[in-house]
Amino acid sequence: MLSKNKTGWLLLSPTILILVLAGLVPFIYVLYVGFFQWNPLAVDPSLQFEGFASNYRRLIFDEVFLESIWRSIKFSVVTLTIELSLGFILALSLLSSFPLKSFFRSVHTLPLVIAPIVVGSIFKLFTVQGLGPLPHILKDYFGYTLNYGLNADQAFWMIVIMDVWHWTPFVTLTLLAGLSALPQDPYESAKIDGANNFQIFTYITIPMMVPVLIVVIFIRLMDSLKIVDEVWMLTGGGPGYATRFTGIHIWKEVFEKRYYGLGSAMSILYLYITIVICWVLYSVMVARGKNED
Amino acid sequence: MKTKKTFSKIGTTFLWSILTIITLFPIYWMVLVSTRTPVELFGKPDLSPTFFQKVHWKNFTKPFLDGIYADYLFNSIIVATSNAALVTILALMATYALSRFKLPGSESIFFWTMTNRMAPPAAFLLPLFLLFSTVFKFGDFTLFDTKIGLILLYCVFNLPFAIWLLKGIIDGIPKELDEAMIVDGANLFTIFRKLIIPLAAPGIAVTSLLSFLFAWNEYLLASTLTSVYARTIPTGLSEFVTTTGTNWGTMAAVALVSMLPALLFLFAVQKHIVAGLTFGAVKG
Repeated sequence: MLSKNKTGWLLLSPTILILVLAGLVPFIYVLYVGFFQWNPLAVDPSLQFEGFASNYRRLIFDEVFLESIWRSIKFSVVTLTIELSLGFILALSLLSSFPLKSFFRSVHTLPLVIAPIVVGSIFKLFTVQGLGPLPHILKDYFGYTLNYGLNADQAFWMIVIMDVWHWTPFVTLTLLAGLSALPQDPYESAKIDGANNFQIFTYITIPMMVPVLIVVIFIRLMDSLKIVDEVWMLTGGGPGYATRFTGIHIWKEVFEKRYYGLGSAMSILYLYITIVICWVLYSVMVARGKNED
Repeated sequence: MKTKKTFSKIGTTFLWSILTIITLFPIYWMVLVSTRTPVELFGKPDLSPTFFQKVHWKNFTKPFLDGIYADYLFNSIIVATSNAALVTILALMATYALSRFKLPGSESIFFWTMTNRMAPPAAFLLPLFLLFSTVFKFGDFTLFDTKIGLILLYCVFNLPFAIWLLKGIIDGIPKELDEAMIVDGANLFTIFRKLIIPLAAPGIAVTSLLSFLFAWNEYLLASTLTSVYARTIPTGLSEFVTTTGTNWGTMAAVALVSMLPALLFLFAVQKHIVAGLTFGAVKG
């Protein structure tokens, strides 16, 4: 029996080795560096200790950093709300049959496989001043000036629109998969009892869809909290700080200003916030699973 | 009642037509830009499909035949293919171990692998950069700016999801079949070759395609951990941002080429993409 377990560990070992070396070691390293001041371009390019948790104490009053976190959370909540409502409507509409349905669904799947950086490029080409058709169309037909290179609000909402374009299909397809797998019995009995469509939706569909909804929220939240590529391509985090999400902020502090110590502390705080949100959702998921058993 | 149904059918078709236009319009514009000269792009955007009459092939030949983008493309192909192969092999071994042997703590290992995928890559940029460039040093060789470095690193992000995807499939293969083969004197390698791989083939295909796609599409880590020799297509694409007087035609051409593998795979993995993206929590 012991040798059998040995074989098991042997099969697992390469996976564990890679995950330790490239997942756990960097984590411990960043945790360690986060307690020091370290700027390789400074006069003294070594690790300086300036009191316990000096970086963290600085970060608590660092408005730019805190605002970037707030911005990321706001962005995640806004996109999640839009994508969920839109995705639910689209998934419900895909349950009925209509002409060209499979064609429409294939096109809808398309954005999912496109790289974020390419999505950023597509939107840049489409919306940039002087080249893209979108500013022209808005100007000519609606008298609206779109120049997100100067207007902070427009830049933020442009990113939201891009994210909705990119990820609503994921929500639609996941919810559709969930909807198709629902048992039919409750619907039949509800119809016999004379429930209308709205009642069926709120009292049967939504409650039965909760597990799938949690999975979707979980995955979309994780992804939108770590958004970098598309934003980097489209606005570069600007204008000003308008689209500087936490990921971009860390990148700029670490690789432009070379604040290694402070950047590490930011990474840890950012990771911590993500894990907390993650853990809360995971507990909800597990608690629900136990209730159902 | 019947007219009401017809109306809702027309309404749904109309809604989906608009959606399809919204999805395709930006992509269509990118294709247009990639076929035009800078002069043709000047002024009011012309939305007519001019690529039927004339294509400015220089947008494609200049970066991919004369320029550095040929190397980037080559690097991307090597990195994504090797990563997909490595991830699939390692994930098969790991999943088999998690599925067949009652290892102490295997549940925790399972959860821990998943946390690696959820972590924001931006938080690991600095330590990975330092580890790659200074700490993991073998003589003169560092992992920084090498394809091997990227291949190994992408395993961290692909392995968790590959294991999750394959777990359900391998759990579904009855244990009795393995045991029967062991009684017949088969070793582990034979079990994999004759039993597991043939029965899990569709799952393995999906796993490797999605791993390929992730490695092909990844930008942030690739741009931080490479500088000259191992740059991939996404990092090349981002270089257009800082260039002054961007050549939009070339940028569109590079974006289009880097999109092609994804488009080819779309048809192969469309059915499984939901299961893939939700860690198998929702079957597609």
